Amino acid sequence: MTAIVAAVRAPIVANRRLIAAVTFVAFGLIDILIFGLFSHKGDATFAFSLFGAKVTVPSLHVPARPVTYALGIASVLIGVARATVTESKLLKRLSIAAVLLFFVLAMLLWSDTGSWADGIPINVITLMQGTLAASIPLILGALAGCMGERSGVINIAIEGQLLLGAFTAAVVASAVGVLWLGLLSGSLAGGLIGAMLALFAIRFLVDQIILGVVINLLISGLTGYLYDRLLVPDANTYNNASTFSTVKIPVLGDIPVIGPIFFDSTIFLYITYAAIILVQVGLFSTRWGLRVRAVGEHPSAADTVGINVLGIRYRNLILGGMLAGIGGAYLTIGSVGTFSKDMSSGLGYIALAAMIFGRWTPLGATLAALLFGFTTALGSFLGSITVPISPFILGMAPYVATIIAVAGLVGRVRAPAADGKPYLRE
Amino acid sequence: MSDDPGGVPAGSGQDQGGTENPRPGDGPASPASPADPAGSAGAGGDAAASGPAGSADDQGDASAERGLGRFRGLDRAILDAIIHGSPTVVTILAVISALVLGALIIAFSDTAVLHAWASFFSAPGAAISAAWQSIASAYSALFEGAIFNPHTVAAAFHGGSVGAIFYPLSETASEATPLVLTGLSVALAFRAGLFNIGAASQWIGGAIVVTYLGFAVSLPPVIHVIVCLAGGFAGGAVMGWLVGDLKARTGAHEVIVTIMLNYIMYDLLSYVLDTPKALQLPHQANLISPNIAADAQLPHVGGPPPQVGVGFLVALAAAAGMWWLLERSTTGFEFRTVGANPSAARTAGMSVQKTWILAMLLAGGLAGLSGAVTIQGSFYSLNFQSYGTYGIDGITVALLGRARPAGVVLAALLFGALNAGGPVMEAATSVPIDIAEVIEGLIVLFVAAPPLIRAVFRLREARGSGMEAIAKGWNG
Repeated sequence: MTAIVAAVRAPIVANRRLIAAVTFVAFGLIDILIFGLFSHKGDATFAFSLFGAKVTVPSLHVPARPVTYALGIASVLIGVARATVTESKLLKRLSIAAVLLFFVLAMLLWSDTGSWADGIPINVITLMQGTLAASIPLILGALAGCMGERSGVINIAIEGQLLLGAFTAAVVASAVGVLWLGLLSGSLAGGLIGAMLALFAIRFLVDQIILGVVINLLISGLTGYLYDRLLVPDANTYNNASTFSTVKIPVLGDIPVIGPIFFDSTIFLYITYAAIILVQVGLFSTRWGLRVRAVGEHPSAADTVGINVLGIRYRNLILGGMLAGIGGAYLTIGSVGTFSKDMSSGLGYIALAAMIFGRWTPLGATLAALLFGFTTALGSFLGSITVPISPFILGMAPYVATIIAVAGLVGRVRAPAADGKPYLRE
Repeated sequence: MSDDPGGVPAGSGQDQGGTENPRPGDGPASPASPADPAGSAGAGGDAAASGPAGSADDQGDASAERGLGRFRGLDRAILDAIIHGSPTVVTILAVISALVLGALIIAFSDTAVLHAWASFFSAPGAAISAAWQSIASAYSALFEGAIFNPHTVAAAFHGGSVGAIFYPLSETASEATPLVLTGLSVALAFRAGLFNIGAASQWIGGAIVVTYLGFAVSLPPVIHVIVCLAGGFAGGAVMGWLVGDLKARTGAHEVIVTIMLNYIMYDLLSYVLDTPKALQLPHQANLISPNIAADAQLPHVGGPPPQVGVGFLVALAAAAGMWWLLERSTTGFEFRTVGANPSAARTAGMSVQKTWILAMLLAGGLAGLSGAVTIQGSFYSLNFQSYGTYGIDGITVALLGRARPAGVVLAALLFGALNAGGPVMEAATSVPIDIAEVIEGLIVLFVAAPPLIRAVFRLREARGSGMEAIAKGWNG
């Protein structure tokens, strides 16, 4: 069996090096031929301070065209190196990161020197704050996915968990008037879907991919129905929540550049930090995590040594659902305050993609989610300086980048061995 | 092979049946058995099973069973199916359960009903009748919008249009048409072991090509229709091929690629509808394309009010074609083998990669055809209203239809009925149309969970019902 599987994968692995190299070179050529050739003369400005900040950091002026060429040439060289030299795992990952970073920098340099930019600097802090804000629901959703799938249950219902979390948080926070209760109930709503997922997947053995798709449909219908039936007629009572205000962490929040980006935000960002650390450390450095991974890879072996397979799966799905529920609550009481129909708008599916992209690890999923968040923030920045590209074409960029990354750099990923398979004791 | 995962447990059960006393209801609880002649129905499985068990001692038992078999007529076979919860029975019970739950949601989100229930203990009759009133008015409006409205018959006697009687049914068929095709698209990919979430992107791919061919090219009448349909298929097929090719060449998971393509194509659709040089209707601020030429539109069968268009026939033909492909052709056999076990397929000399590419290409083509019949058959113009939600709904249709062509058609008709009745219900009773989505979700959920339905309705353990092995985990 293993031999056959190895035979199936062999040609793909052999191609991998070449495909990755070609992808790198392609990115480099785009840097040179598009962003370099079409960039205007002059400097792009990167600003590192918010308006009215106490300590200001001087802005950075970068000559656009030469630097763009340099970035492109560097990417091509990395690609050539990738094809000829056998690199360690760490180097491979660093090279991916470097090429993507160069690409984004080249794009920013090109966009900020055009006549349309009109001397508006690229505010790195705003861009990063936007990135983190857009990433919060994605990260929490992707962590929920990791929790479930590491224990062997596929969770496609992240979308539904986000949506119901958003709905419940908005309704509870406006009806009761206490934001914390909104957060708590949003989290519980996500957990409830986790429990439903677990019940149907584990007790009734429903195919887990079907289950997730159906739960998403169900939650979309249910929240849409209740929105029209209850929230619209009585919006002041049920759909008029306030939002969490930002909390600046003492000392850390005062650090220039880093402070306003990472330590001056709503409670949701801090919960996200805690969740990333807890899930990453928990899964890979604790006895609990070892058990979870054992259940996800080889449940019958885990059962033999006395691990409660089904109990772990139930618990993980519910806890993961609670995380995704918080991510959903962020969409309403963390940012806009009111619920609108289907407001998760596919974020759950992007979180799913981020989890797969991150190879089922919390840190990897977080980085992938940040990438999506960054492209969202970048899109709104480019929109604000009215770059001469249709906003719809700009909107495609993150998804095209994902396909290129998944096809060219990540390739075949391996899920936990027992992922998606119900466990029945012999 | 993968067609009947229950075959193995059923077989072992029959072996025991051959040696023990005949147990009631030991016959095969498949939908096919009612169609068998009375003599062989029910007992057929047992008699066949005594063959392998095969010693002279068993002869008596076997003949006794045959004797019993004579008493097992059609009614008995039906009873068997019900007691054991055959797939058909489970599906019917799932629909009923979903409608009951939907009714409860309708009743208990109605403020009038909630007021009546607040004084339940002083006036229980009023509370119950208020709930009943709420449910009955919503569901009868749904029924009238989807299937049959009694008023139209009365009107026909007083000089009204006879065609109006069939209007709701034709609306249902019209709503079902694109769903049949996107459902087939997802189902075909399922059978080859691929999860096509990208029917929406393939729909757009087909629809853009069709719209362009429809208004920018002039061709003779019939040829124009055919060229547009073919263009729609090709547009969707390119999108599907991209997914299959990326998976085959680089191992990129089709779920990620199709999700991303859905977003990309959605943006592309916005772009072409926003660009006057592309597909936008001239002098328009809205995102809408010009109408396609009259030559390119699909004709209706029997005049406008019954809107059963040729599109519906195209969808049925596609279903028949897919059935032939899967069940009668070598290619289809390869699809099913790769879907069931790629390693075994490779060992048997099949090219798994080629199968993936071809399956995604055809699946994409079917979804593109769905775009074609939507544009050519009912909307005539490409915009976000005609885009609808056919791509995502195709997944649920395929799941409810158990990835079988005939099942997909029936599931699409059911969802088409809910979609056709929904607006009528919303207009008549102000129950939001989203309840149709809830009911659809509940139906698929219950169909996917036969053990739940059996537990609720106290059915015995059945073999081989449910949707086992349609979809698989990420590594499959």
